[in-house]
Amino acid sequence: MSMDRRQFLKIAGISSVLGLGATAASATHSIWTKGLSPEEVDKNKEALLAKRWAMVVDMSKFKTEDDFKKVFEACHLTHNVPDFRNADGSVNKKDEIKWIWEAPYEKAFPGQDNKYMSEHIKDMPFIVACNHCENPPCVRVCPTKATFKLPNGITMQDEHRCIGCRFCMAACPYGARSFNWRDPRTAIKNENKEYPTRTKGVVEKCTFCTERLAVGKLPACVEAAPKGGMLFGDIEDPNSEIRKIVTNQYTIRRKSDLGTGPAIYYIVGGSDHA
Amino acid sequence: MKLYDGGKIFIGLIVFLAFATFPFYFNIGKVNAKPEPKVDTPAIQEWEKLNGKKECVESKEFMRTEHMQLLNNWRDMVVREDKRGYISNSSHKRFNMSLQNGCMNCHSNKKKFCDECHNYMSVKPYCWDCHIQPKEKEENKS
Repeated sequence: MSMDRRQFLKIAGISSVLGLGATAASATHSIWTKGLSPEEVDKNKEALLAKRWAMVVDMSKFKTEDDFKKVFEACHLTHNVPDFRNADGSVNKKDEIKWIWEAPYEKAFPGQDNKYMSEHIKDMPFIVACNHCENPPCVRVCPTKATFKLPNGITMQDEHRCIGCRFCMAACPYGARSFNWRDPRTAIKNENKEYPTRTKGVVEKCTFCTERLAVGKLPACVEAAPKGGMLFGDIEDPNSEIRKIVTNQYTIRRKSDLGTGPAIYYIVGGSDHA
Repeated sequence: MKLYDGGKIFIGLIVFLAFATFPFYFNIGKVNAKPEPKVDTPAIQEWEKLNGKKECVESKEFMRTEHMQLLNNWRDMVVREDKRGYISNSSHKRFNMSLQNGCMNCHSNKKKFCDECHNYMSVKPYCWDCHIQPKEKEENKS
């Protein structure tokens, strides 16, 4: 049977369209293989939902060293963050794993200081963590999609997929990512049995407590902070508390000129300060 | 035809055969213990009392052959899709898609449940490099 050029092109065109349709249809179900599909997979009823999670940190509410310590400890206990120490008891800076930590003004907001600034602000430690950027450079460079954006704005880390290449650490302008040079289990005193640890060779960071939001709890740091010190909510919701604060008060973000769109807003100074 | 050094050759062959077949006659008469994973933890017994039968997320046969695939999908659902509830096709019950806070709540006997077959089959899943395994009493070791 012979076929002219026109007929051939018609058949080729139709079959490629059908082929594309079939791959698209199968791709949507690829995660549940044949004979292995649940009736449904859903979110918890009590889960806190948002279009875009964000945080406001009011530094004026942090008055004592203890206020900071409580916040860091709450996070580190919840997430089994190891505490690597040198022989003399000081923090081992090379192996240190950082989810939430403190940084001086010139490190947190470089280029925004001036020589007439009050010593108080210059010397004040700022609470810093992953900024869960709108346009995260870490996600762009990750070769395995181990770090990715969730629809609710959280920059999530999938430790199962991380190959430890550390591109994300080079890309992150906030130093919010830490690499496990050593087995973290050797430096965890009190394990939280409800959360995994990490293993040697993966990168980790703050996850805005995704696992707590899923069961209707606020992030651990927010709970541990002094009243009003850390606020957490949906910045896209015009009626949310943090949206009102960000709209009505003057807040700054870390290195926002880089175009990353950080989701942690800082109130510096404020009425409580002398 | 003449066989040179026949004695040496035959001794060599016998020694070789003795070594090569050593594993077989060494194990003659010994029945290799079949793996027998245990599903008799207090949590499972409690479940049996409440529901009248032992049941897992899906049927026993399904879990036996497909649990690795199921767990793989669970982790993608939880970590990447942020969904935590799995409504079973067989029992229509809702389960928390979590290894530490789901599976191991019932199967708190990792040694007699997971390791029993995994050791037999010599598979070494790396779940427990990160996930914390339940504390077990020493008496389970026997």
